[in-house]
Amino acid sequence: MDDILLLEKVERYLSGEMDNEEKSLFETRRKNDAELDQLVVEHTYFLLGLQTYGSIKTFKHSLTEVESKLISEGLLGLAPFNGKAKIVYFWKKYKRNIAVAASIAAFISVLASGLMVTVSRKFGNENYRVLVDQINKTNREVNKLKSNSVIEKSPITKPEVDFRATGFLIDRKGYLITNAHVISRMKNIYIENRKGEFFKAEVLYSDNEVDLAILKITDTSFKPVSNLPYSIKKENSELGEQFFTLGFPRNEIVYGEGYLSAESGSDGDSSAYQLNVSANPGNSGGPVINGNGEIIGIITAKDSKADGVVYAAKSKNIITILEKLKKSDNQFHVIKTPNKTDLKKLDRVHQVKKMEEYVFMVVGN
Amino acid sequence: MLDLGYYFRHLRINNRIVQTLEQEQILLKGLAGSDKNSIELIYRDNFSSIQSFVLNNNGSVDDARDIFQEAMIVLYENAGKESFKLNCQIKTYLYSVCRRLWLKRLQHLGKFNTKLETIEDIIPVELELEDHEKRNDDFNLMENAMSKIGEPCKSLLDAYYMQKKNMQELALEFGYTNADNAKTQKYKCLLRLKKIFFAQYKNT
Repeated sequence: MDDILLLEKVERYLSGEMDNEEKSLFETRRKNDAELDQLVVEHTYFLLGLQTYGSIKTFKHSLTEVESKLISEGLLGLAPFNGKAKIVYFWKKYKRNIAVAASIAAFISVLASGLMVTVSRKFGNENYRVLVDQINKTNREVNKLKSNSVIEKSPITKPEVDFRATGFLIDRKGYLITNAHVISRMKNIYIENRKGEFFKAEVLYSDNEVDLAILKITDTSFKPVSNLPYSIKKENSELGEQFFTLGFPRNEIVYGEGYLSAESGSDGDSSAYQLNVSANPGNSGGPVINGNGEIIGIITAKDSKADGVVYAAKSKNIITILEKLKKSDNQFHVIKTPNKTDLKKLDRVHQVKKMEEYVFMVVGN
Repeated sequence: MLDLGYYFRHLRINNRIVQTLEQEQILLKGLAGSDKNSIELIYRDNFSSIQSFVLNNNGSVDDARDIFQEAMIVLYENAGKESFKLNCQIKTYLYSVCRRLWLKRLQHLGKFNTKLETIEDIIPVELELEDHEKRNDDFNLMENAMSKIGEPCKSLLDAYYMQKKNMQELALEFGYTNADNAKTQKYKCLLRLKKIFFAQYKNT
């Protein structure tokens, strides 16, 4: 009880609640009583600590509230989820979007089949066909049935897919290259890996001139991969150079082989090559890789009349675009394109094996 | 002493572009008062560059959030001081603090072997971080002590010393028959808290 009375006195003294008489009495006592003096000092320090503690706590509380607001807006990342949970998480997160997308998809597909079949590019070559695969309605319905039957067993599901094409990583943190025409058809973009997991992606930049787009996987369940084994070639490639391609003309990765047949693309387009290789809808955005493991181009289109005439954007466009973007926008500073290839001395089978981990299906609706 | 000068930066608020020397002072004032709008603006303006920095230097998204939070607390602690004068942009300040904090953490983990890449201006913040560390230690000691005194003491002290409620309100809220009872109870709790707090202080 004594302690309490004393403490009360000290607090009243410190907070200035004492009248003059009481105060001078207290101060005299303090002068003569070392223990009291120490208590005053100690309590001053303690109250200050308590106050600081309180204010930082309040501040932290505000911080957390702002954080959760920004997380819900998607500005801040979440901790990556592990294992199966991430797919459930993905599903929960996008369930609503997907449902909305599904309801309008039927409408769009009717529209799309009428509109998008003959999109010819700037050069006026009427046979120029971009190679994004439009999944037809029957296929889609079948897929839907398939995925429905999967849902019975597990919560794994896939988004509604109207278009399919290819993309590949240019930075281990989830930055991909694909074609501008690929993403121009999609409202929602997903990256599908070999395990059939989907990740939401967004367009950071799209260039219709060279037909390239930079995507970023925004889904936090995506974990940065180990270092990319291939590099991106900054120089032009030579006529006759051999290469291989990887892409998704089917729901499964498909390998192709060919050679560089002209140093310009359709109608003399100097930002592209002409290739002799087999390519089909779905190959758009796929990497063209030479024997050293350097990406030399990105498949964009083919001539619908001539056999084996395929066009690819030159790889140096990726470098030029990024250089330009980095000058104007800080967010591109984090993109580090790979500049060293680990594929040089491997035989083709092993090169492909190493490469295919970094080539993804780009799908969307 | 580094002379970094002060250059104006444009900040968008409600889509209006505002000249920022004044704006930053307003943000700092808001921050000092735990104002959520100010906190949000500072987050929006700075978090992504800090996140890029941490991700580019062996860190995760979570690390970036931790580091940014801590830097915000450092800024908060200083923004409240009369003597504090920010002689660079908030952006530069936060970046410098984050960089320093992240460097320390990397060193602590023994992961630190390469130079941290820097894409922004930095200012020296070592002294402020030393202060912050002391304050942080005190904060943790207090939090620990608070967690040990139990209820209703914790809530009672919280209501009186942090939410600044008066004795009548406390008596009503905690069901004491009168203000004097609440007061006695409060002092009992405070004594307990002090005892625990100083005990651990002596142990460290």
